[in-house]
Amino acid sequence: MKKSWLYQAALLAAAGLALWYFASNAAQNLDARRIASGFGFLRREAGFEIGETSFFSYGAADTYLRALAVGLANTFRVAALGVVLATLLGTLVGLARLAPNWLLARLAGGYVEVLRNVPLLVQLFFWYALISESLPAPAEALNPMPGVYLSNRGLYFPLPGDFPELAGFNFTGGVGLTPEFAALLIGLVTYTAAFIAEIVRAGILSVPRGQVEAAYSVGLARRGAMRYVVLPLALRLVVPPLTSQYLNLTKNSSLAVAIGYPDLVSIANTTMNQTGQAIEGIALIMAVYLTISLSISLLMNWYNRRVALRGVAG
Amino acid sequence: MKWAKENLFSSWPSTVATLLIALFAVKFVPPFFHWAIGNAVWSASGPEACRAVEGRGACWAFIAEKHRFILFGTYPYSEHWRPALASLLLIALWVLSSFRGMWHWWLSLVWLSGLGLIGVLMWGGVAGLPYVENERWGGLILTLILASFGAALAFPVAILLALGRRSRLPAVRAFCVAYIELIRGVPLISVLFMASVLLPLFLPAGVSIDKLLRAQIALAAFAAAYLAEVVRGGLQAVPQHQSDSAAALGMGYWRATSLIVLPQALRASIPPLVNTFIGLFKDTSLVLIIGLFDLLSTIKVSLQDAAWSGFGVEAYLFAAAVYFVFCYAMSWYSRSLEAGPAGGAGTKQARAERDRLFASP
Repeated sequence: MKKSWLYQAALLAAAGLALWYFASNAAQNLDARRIASGFGFLRREAGFEIGETSFFSYGAADTYLRALAVGLANTFRVAALGVVLATLLGTLVGLARLAPNWLLARLAGGYVEVLRNVPLLVQLFFWYALISESLPAPAEALNPMPGVYLSNRGLYFPLPGDFPELAGFNFTGGVGLTPEFAALLIGLVTYTAAFIAEIVRAGILSVPRGQVEAAYSVGLARRGAMRYVVLPLALRLVVPPLTSQYLNLTKNSSLAVAIGYPDLVSIANTTMNQTGQAIEGIALIMAVYLTISLSISLLMNWYNRRVALRGVAG
Repeated sequence: MKWAKENLFSSWPSTVATLLIALFAVKFVPPFFHWAIGNAVWSASGPEACRAVEGRGACWAFIAEKHRFILFGTYPYSEHWRPALASLLLIALWVLSSFRGMWHWWLSLVWLSGLGLIGVLMWGGVAGLPYVENERWGGLILTLILASFGAALAFPVAILLALGRRSRLPAVRAFCVAYIELIRGVPLISVLFMASVLLPLFLPAGVSIDKLLRAQIALAAFAAAYLAEVVRGGLQAVPQHQSDSAAALGMGYWRATSLIVLPQALRASIPPLVNTFIGLFKDTSLVLIIGLFDLLSTIKVSLQDAAWSGFGVEAYLFAAAVYFVFCYAMSWYSRSLEAGPAGGAGTKQARAERDRLFASP
């Protein structure tokens, strides 16, 4: 027992020493570079424009704090939309993999293999190149459906009573996605959907046939068997890995920095380059993602306890 | 005919699906092949030939023109055989290690000498090979090095973290849990930023670690947290009585762990370990963001040549194909292990655990 306390004291001492060593070096280096530490810089004027904003209005005269808030809002926008669309697409592909139609199942299987085995960053660059190089200029925009315009300046969709129209060099009205946002969204959705498809497939396969037959034999109709037997069993297995895919999608949205979509990481990166406040910037990025991850896992634990099968091992 | 009836037209929704797929295939597959093969320019002395068919045919000549830079980066042109040989050597090491019969302690010696040889080839400075500083390494070999050394560095750390997370000592456990959850909670890009920007700040003035090593440390530190969770899954699959029996024989913790528990745990977790390694291999592409010349980066830089700009779709399809070959081979291998006779992790529970843990970022 004595030895174990020695181990732990040594570990803590080593960790503390390393921390103190790094901190004192950092303090010296910052002094030498005349960088004041602390979050005071957040109140200073940012002085850079942001290509697209959501929820907040923003101009170059606003503060770094507001710029970062815009970045966070942009992250949430792409993540929220991405999660919904990836779930839809992933479920469809997962169901298609189990379809009795040979062609459909093979197609879905190929989709999963290709998308999972190519780095997301390559896929993002590909989609961005496809939009910005292969689509025509706005004046000759593709018009596959009434009111839908695809051009190298972005993808435009109609809203009820509000159709996109060509005005000058680009469209106005309707819902417009910039090439950066569109590439990021398409990339994240198609990539994550491949993983979700496998989860959905595993979830459905996990429900033993006997359970379904038992449900029928106690008099449940097809809908009832689905609602009260199959779905609750499948969801127990599906929900935890599904949440981890949602978290992955959110973390992966940080690759936005590589194609120029102004998400949190991209704006924090600009901020760090301008102010030299690297420690604070990275701490901020990590704190935000950790908060998201930890709150989701707390929610998950609560959910798992709630749905846990009572009296059944595992 | 019977097969088609059963598999393509078994019910009316199935028939509709088959017809829709056939319709799409007729509409989109021939134009794609015209673009990718029929009208494509395969080799040309300049970009003019590609410009002539722009929009109608692919410009594979771009890849042909830039293949030396894409594969080897800024490595001295006359010495390209060295990274080429090093890449082959590294791939050979991986292929060799994939055979069950090779899983002996001496495999680590083979690896050590192999990696040493690769270092000699890449750096040179001995045996008449001119010295090449690692700022000039790039292309495929950099991707392979980052993935291989990343795994080699991360693996021992991951084992310690996994053991620590199951330790009875509260301080050790807390430390390991905090590390694993912290790393798994943040995006890789923030860890890479940390290594590229913060590491120099944390070291005494005048001490500097080069960029490649910093990226390598970041990738290994990141992968270690994910690998640790896979190893933990393997440890959980080893029944308690194994370590109890070892203790009854008078073995201490380290002897019991290294001789009895770990060999079983690792054997059980090889397929999910391979899957995590695929994730690491894909993740190496992110070093582009901190300015290293890996395979994806050399492709992106090639596109900045004004004469050849605008062929991004071709370039990234090529990148996707290269990554796909490597990752698909590994995932095929992982599945063949699971299906094999002694695939310890082939149980349903282990697979479910793997799916939960293997969260490719």
